[in-house]
Amino acid sequence: MASLRVFAVAFLMCGATVMAQQSGTFGVGRTPTADEIKAWDISIGPTGEELPEGKGTVREGAQLYRSKGCAGCHGANAIDGKAPNLKSKAPATADVWARGRILPLRAPHATTVWDYINRGMPLNREGTLTADEVYSLTAYLLFINDVVKEDVVLDAKTLPQVKMPIGNDYASLPDWKPKTPRLKGYVETTPPPKK
Amino acid sequence: MGAKRPDRRGFLKSGAALAGGFTVGAVAPAIGQDQEHHGPQMIHEGKDQIAYGDRSKHVTSVRIAHGGRPSPDPWGLTFHIAAPLQDSVGVITPSSLHYIGTTRGSFLPDIDPKEHRLMIHGLVDRPLTFTMEDLKRFPSVTRLHFIECAGNRSSRRAKNVQETHGMTSCAEWTGVLLSTLLKECGLKGSATWFVAEGSEEIKGASSMPIAKAMDDAFVAYGMNGEAVRPQQGFPLRLMVPGFEGIFHTKWLRRIKIVDRYYINYNDFGHLDRDPKVAALDYQIGPKSVITFPSAGQQLPGKGFYEISGLAWSGGGAIKLVEISTDGGKRWNKAEFKSTPQRMAHARFSLMWNWDGKETEILSRCTDEIGQVQPSREQIAKYWNKPYDQTFSVQGLDNSIQPWKIAGDGSVTNGFA
Repeated sequence: MASLRVFAVAFLMCGATVMAQQSGTFGVGRTPTADEIKAWDISIGPTGEELPEGKGTVREGAQLYRSKGCAGCHGANAIDGKAPNLKSKAPATADVWARGRILPLRAPHATTVWDYINRGMPLNREGTLTADEVYSLTAYLLFINDVVKEDVVLDAKTLPQVKMPIGNDYASLPDWKPKTPRLKGYVETTPPPKK
Repeated sequence: MGAKRPDRRGFLKSGAALAGGFTVGAVAPAIGQDQEHHGPQMIHEGKDQIAYGDRSKHVTSVRIAHGGRPSPDPWGLTFHIAAPLQDSVGVITPSSLHYIGTTRGSFLPDIDPKEHRLMIHGLVDRPLTFTMEDLKRFPSVTRLHFIECAGNRSSRRAKNVQETHGMTSCAEWTGVLLSTLLKECGLKGSATWFVAEGSEEIKGASSMPIAKAMDDAFVAYGMNGEAVRPQQGFPLRLMVPGFEGIFHTKWLRRIKIVDRYYINYNDFGHLDRDPKVAALDYQIGPKSVITFPSAGQQLPGKGFYEISGLAWSGGGAIKLVEISTDGGKRWNKAEFKSTPQRMAHARFSLMWNWDGKETEILSRCTDEIGQVQPSREQIAKYWNKPYDQTFSVQGLDNSIQPWKIAGDGSVTNGFA
């Protein structure tokens, strides 16, 4: 009896190992705390659900644009600096696609502007801006591109609601599938003529 | 050069004379020991050379800044650096010569692998954080893959294949399938996209479809038999085989599972108006280029040459490469030097007896899903645009590259 029981236990253990592999879990890795995730999660999606508390205005943004050194690289008027233009040279009446690849103008969501300033600016001091400062700089850059009014107050609620000039006038990405041509009907999917 | 060497020939002669009894014929110098070949000088190997060897000082092949922007740039950032394909052999790009591209321009982070973490969170049952040690406990894959920058396009001004095609490279990568890690976390049914983020100062991030994560994406810690190099994302890089280079997130620290296209800064760079262009800006098309003979090189005269080049595609393995040595009138099937791998450079060749007359040589490839590399004329026709000097290929440029060979054997860019 005893030996049979040992056999049964060994059999069960064997089964458990196989089961673990079949369900694809190895029990490796540590579960982060909610605070740890929040501290690392700087991806701001179109809904803005990850946006932190805080608020900003155009007036504060205009001051920060100078005091944080933005003007040094992007130009005092956000054009013709060493770094990319942040204001279009084309008139506001022109088609948005004809007004240059200006982030605070062409981005489909104002959240993209906030996300980029927050993660990538200022050069060499990335990640040092406070949430209020990022809201203010976003407000200023949207204002100089005629996207928002001068008295706008941007926060976690109002920022995702900003209507960007591009609207829905941009292509969504292809529904990618493995082993599928990148564009059906494109010249490369038709074999060349035999000579 | 040879003045400092002992006169080995003299030594042999005197040695033979001392031994005596031999005929003059017996002391004739052996092959490699004549006047011009006293044997090579020594490389003095210090401790560092014993520990980690350098290539020969006579091999001078180097990377160059790509597209007119120097690296480091005026801010000290590394941007785009091209691999010397004209000197390449086989399919592996040495790690020291692998092309480099960064988000915006970036500094190279000096990451302690003991401190590095990968966090996977968002639409999963169990968010998890992995150390590098954790990741090495999972079953691994080792695969040959190219990475190519979307900006890798030929122009009339380009002087050689490094300038026309140097923003592609191929290495052997080792790591853990992302699908393995996502199973560990328990992917929720609502997951449709994921965002991958690096730990460099700008924390470059891109959105990609979850289908790619579950198909063949992996997080790589190994490259060409050792740890991934810092310039390539040490200690961890996301591999998304066949996608544009920028998606291969370096210094990978976070993967967030989401239910929509997140439109990060890198995604903003991919914004297109026309869905056709958007489709051509994502998965890399079938592409090949002849690396020998290529622009800037010189054929010494008529006679036999092995034409050699590289072919790759984001659609899978290369199935066929054809070479024309008469400006595209006739196409000859090239030979593969090793079995082509999926989303990897394939080395092809063709023996050619050059008659010494001016001509143009070209290559085109077909991948396993039947996509065929087009000419620029064919692409212009597809878009109903005139094929002239103003024509620019939409999306990633995978067009056929012509090389002109003049009667004197000089090779130049066929687009010039």
